[in-house]
Amino acid sequence: MITDSKLAKEIIAKRVAKELKDGQLVNLGIGLPTLVANYVPKEMQITFQSENGIVGMGPKAKPGQEDSDLTNAGGEYVTVVPEGSFFDSSMSFALIRGGHVDVTVLGALEVDEEGNLANWIIPGKMVPGMGGAMDLVIGAKVVIIAMQHTGKGKPKILKKCTLPLTAKSQVNLIITELCVIEVTTKGLVLKEIHKDTTIDEIKFVTEAHLIIPDDIKIMDV
Amino acid sequence: MNKIVKLEDLKSIFKDGMTIMIGGFLDCGTPDTIIDMLVDLNIKDLTIIANDTGFPDKGIGKLVVNGQVKKVIASHIGTNPETGRRMNSGEMEVELSPQGTLIERIRAAGSGLGGVLTPTGLGTILENGKRKISINNKDYLLELPLKADVSLVKGSIVDEFGNTCYKATTKNFNPYIAMAAKTVIMEAEDLVKCEQLNIEDIMTPGVLVNYIIKEAV
Repeated sequence: MITDSKLAKEIIAKRVAKELKDGQLVNLGIGLPTLVANYVPKEMQITFQSENGIVGMGPKAKPGQEDSDLTNAGGEYVTVVPEGSFFDSSMSFALIRGGHVDVTVLGALEVDEEGNLANWIIPGKMVPGMGGAMDLVIGAKVVIIAMQHTGKGKPKILKKCTLPLTAKSQVNLIITELCVIEVTTKGLVLKEIHKDTTIDEIKFVTEAHLIIPDDIKIMDV
Repeated sequence: MNKIVKLEDLKSIFKDGMTIMIGGFLDCGTPDTIIDMLVDLNIKDLTIIANDTGFPDKGIGKLVVNGQVKKVIASHIGTNPETGRRMNSGEMEVELSPQGTLIERIRAAGSGLGGVLTPTGLGTILENGKRKISINNKDYLLELPLKADVSLVKGSIVDEFGNTCYKATTKNFNPYIAMAAKTVIMEAEDLVKCEQLNIEDIMTPGVLVNYIIKEAV
């Protein structure tokens, strides 16, 4: 079991980075997914989109070098790479829905056996809104959920989502600090597990049924 | 015609119960000077259409905190806890629309389109009350246009005619909001003479703009 939250996030971000391929356009959600950018190999060219209107987003702006006209979708001051570009929200979401974004990486409140995702509302409690998440999950070619395996000790990978959905059957891959799960038409397939955990431990913290193949691998992080 | 006015001159435009569209994304590219005037004016029962409701002490959030808003149509309200609190208590109505859908609904209104067909929201509670239309065996939701009485737009460089350039990520919703209302007010960060703005940088043609005010520093 990996209990250190910081370490867990690092494992997840490192493993997600390995899914990215040279030349791809990638959108990283707010929070944990933004860490993925730290682990992209230097020799690989990944172009990051920020849905408020950037393709070619660079790292966060250094203190004293912030430009108030240049923020990311989380409202933080960022930079742009030399090959970057700016555009309005209509163009930005045309890129997203139009299938021009290769990969989107998002967090989840719940994800289930059919690849359904819930991450925008807990009715009556927390209603941040969906922002760009619904469009990203529908439009991106590959949808990766990057999240800690459980939330407050409770499973987040469920047989069926209980919260209102962000999108139906759009998730391709779930990456947690414990394992990598692929969403297939047959169900959730456990592809890789972290070296410090076991299949039994993963089953214990996962409500969904997991298909366990013979050739299960150790996560390369 | 002279479009450049003083903030004071704008007050007569605004009335209780109006629908106002406001540009910006988490207070980047938001017309804060006009918003501050609306807070002073204290008009009530507004319907606000914008990407988000800013922060409690910044941007659109000030109108929410000041109790001036009856309804919000936005994609994200998470950065302003006051919006969520008022929604849950029933003081204020909130309609959440996905960001990509929201901008297209605004674009549709300003472009003379009857609506937008989008796959976003299929299989979710967003289907409720909407028409589902199948085109070439693929389902889409029909999302209807959104227009306003007044649009508040923030431009980075604006010339005397209203031609506008938006720097970096201040573009966001602004260019489409400038097309979707009867009255369009442009708040200029930099106000210049026509020949000083590079014609190639213009995203909003000045004919769309009714009034221009200079941002308060």
